Amino acid sequence: MHGIKKWFGTFQAVDDVTLEIRSNEFFTLLGPSGCGKTTLLRMIAGFELPTEGQVLLDGTDISRLLPNQRPVNTVFQNYALFPHLTVAENIGFGLKMLGKPKSEIDSVVKDMLKLVHLEGRGNNPVTQLSGGQQQRVALARALAPRPKVLLLDEPLSALDLKLRKSMQMELKRLQLETGITFVFVTHDQEEALTMSDRIAVMSTGTVRQVGSPWDIYDRPAERFVADFIGETNFLEADVVSVSGDRARVRLSSGAEISATYPDGVTPKGKVTIVVRPEHARLGPPGSGVLEGVLDDIVYLGTDNHFHVKVDGGGTFIVRQQNAKSGPCGFSEQERVSIAINDDVAQILRD
Amino acid sequence: MTLSAQDATEQRQKKHVRDRWLLSAPALILIIAASVGPLLIVVLYSFLAPGSYGDVKWEFSTEGWFNVLFTRDIFDDTVSLADAHFSIFWRSIKLAFATTVFCLIFGFPTAYFIATRAPHNRSLWLFLITIPFWTNMLIRTFAIQEVIRSEGIINTLLMKIGIISAPIQMMFTDFAIMLGMTYVFLPLMVLPLYASLEKLDFRLIEAGYDLYASRFGVLWRIIIPLVKPGIIAGSILVFVPALSSYVVPRVLGGGKNLMVGNLIELQFGQGRNWPLGAALSVTLVIIVLFAMLYYVRNASKSGGSAHG
Repeated sequence: MHGIKKWFGTFQAVDDVTLEIRSNEFFTLLGPSGCGKTTLLRMIAGFELPTEGQVLLDGTDISRLLPNQRPVNTVFQNYALFPHLTVAENIGFGLKMLGKPKSEIDSVVKDMLKLVHLEGRGNNPVTQLSGGQQQRVALARALAPRPKVLLLDEPLSALDLKLRKSMQMELKRLQLETGITFVFVTHDQEEALTMSDRIAVMSTGTVRQVGSPWDIYDRPAERFVADFIGETNFLEADVVSVSGDRARVRLSSGAEISATYPDGVTPKGKVTIVVRPEHARLGPPGSGVLEGVLDDIVYLGTDNHFHVKVDGGGTFIVRQQNAKSGPCGFSEQERVSIAINDDVAQILRD
Repeated sequence: MTLSAQDATEQRQKKHVRDRWLLSAPALILIIAASVGPLLIVVLYSFLAPGSYGDVKWEFSTEGWFNVLFTRDIFDDTVSLADAHFSIFWRSIKLAFATTVFCLIFGFPTAYFIATRAPHNRSLWLFLITIPFWTNMLIRTFAIQEVIRSEGIINTLLMKIGIISAPIQMMFTDFAIMLGMTYVFLPLMVLPLYASLEKLDFRLIEAGYDLYASRFGVLWRIIIPLVKPGIIAGSILVFVPALSSYVVPRVLGGGKNLMVGNLIELQFGQGRNWPLGAALSVTLVIIVLFAMLYYVRNASKSGGSAHG
């Protein structure tokens, strides 16, 4: 995709997006609702035409082709299964429209039913299936014509939590087994982190950061990305020195830590750094880099969240796993110190 | 003890049955008084002998039914098939069928257009569709006459432009009847079609295009099967009144292009043969019944029953 812009009247839904999606990868467009991710997906599918820019597939411009001329299939948010057709007829629809012989359609449909674990359900009306089964029919239907790219528009949002978890695994397995490029749209950060090879985080029509789940989570380039994905702590700091890909920064407390920084940024002066709650530890006063008062302890079963009022302003959240059964060893209103692990802090762009 | 308990249950059940009859009585009375009763009277009349000045003589006779199929020569009493009746029935069926097809052809795009407008605009379009209903059918039929008669709008216009030199004869033809009926009955097709199309999930159409269907493929394999209940309802609503149409063929068909409705009216009026008129009416009811049976069974066979 190259320089994609899309206007709906005076509202710009997508602003100058350039993305390269590699073949055979599980690529996720992640962002809050209204960020333009679905519009982008619909432009790949051909339901919307870009106002400016091109959609290239293997080097050929497909941005002006009709949806039925693109080797791209979609799994719709609410499945959009044809209610008047059986499961098998739904799955075979694309191949039938492509004019494939009946024998070929039958064998592909059979393979697809097996792939999505719906053997023997071919003659059922789709209206009698459960949500999870309909979801799998929708997947099989979109995969049957063996598209070059499979687009998935928040396909798991209608499922309950448990089913969603198992479908995440299922989707990843299907992607590996078929070797088809998946472009997945979601607003659920966990879904994105679990399944994707690479993620593009979007906001207000622009792509904010593209990278592996690790890049996105541990090395966010800007405040929006860090804030949108997971919980995080923002700290003000001054750059002391830069050497290689590390910078020394001085925190408000005067302590110095080392921090990484995104490409294309030369850290200097005042900067904002992010530290994930699980990358910090609590200790007795004087043991860490930040001092404060323990304001609140939130027990979450697997973890405890410690909300610390840092001297000099601001709240810092520390997350510690409950590795041992028993009290956490800290009590509210106690003075504590926060230690930050090595190489976990990241300087944000601006 | 047990006996009286049984009695009580029995009595309760009896009361329950009585209540049910009482509660459904208004509906039953209405159906009997307005539908079954008149129909039975018509059937009864068809088995009576005609009176000399109209009306019926109260004696059993199959002459009415005989006359539906055969005519007796007034001079030598030779019996021959009633060709006129057959041709009138056949014409009525043909015209009603053609009207249904034309209503479908014009009504479907109209309904689709309305269903794809923004929701707050749809009611305006529906309102426009229903406006002709407020006008008397006779007046609407005369309006059509004004358009197609020899000195009417179309002929005058065509002659002014110079495309034709003499007016085209459109009045008093089967074409005129069909045009009139299509115009009059079109809303009856549009409304049920709209009701079906409005419920159609337009994402299914996107899914169809996504799966390589052409425009025609989407129409034929997705839209039409899904709005089939609307197509069936609309077709029945148009076919039935078109088959028994009276005003339109009377005004636009002149005297010579009769339809069943006119034939029946003739027997009750000038013909003074009420039993024949009644027998013809019953015949018409039977034809409609069979047509509907065929239609509904055909429709459910081809899978339209799975939806809606």
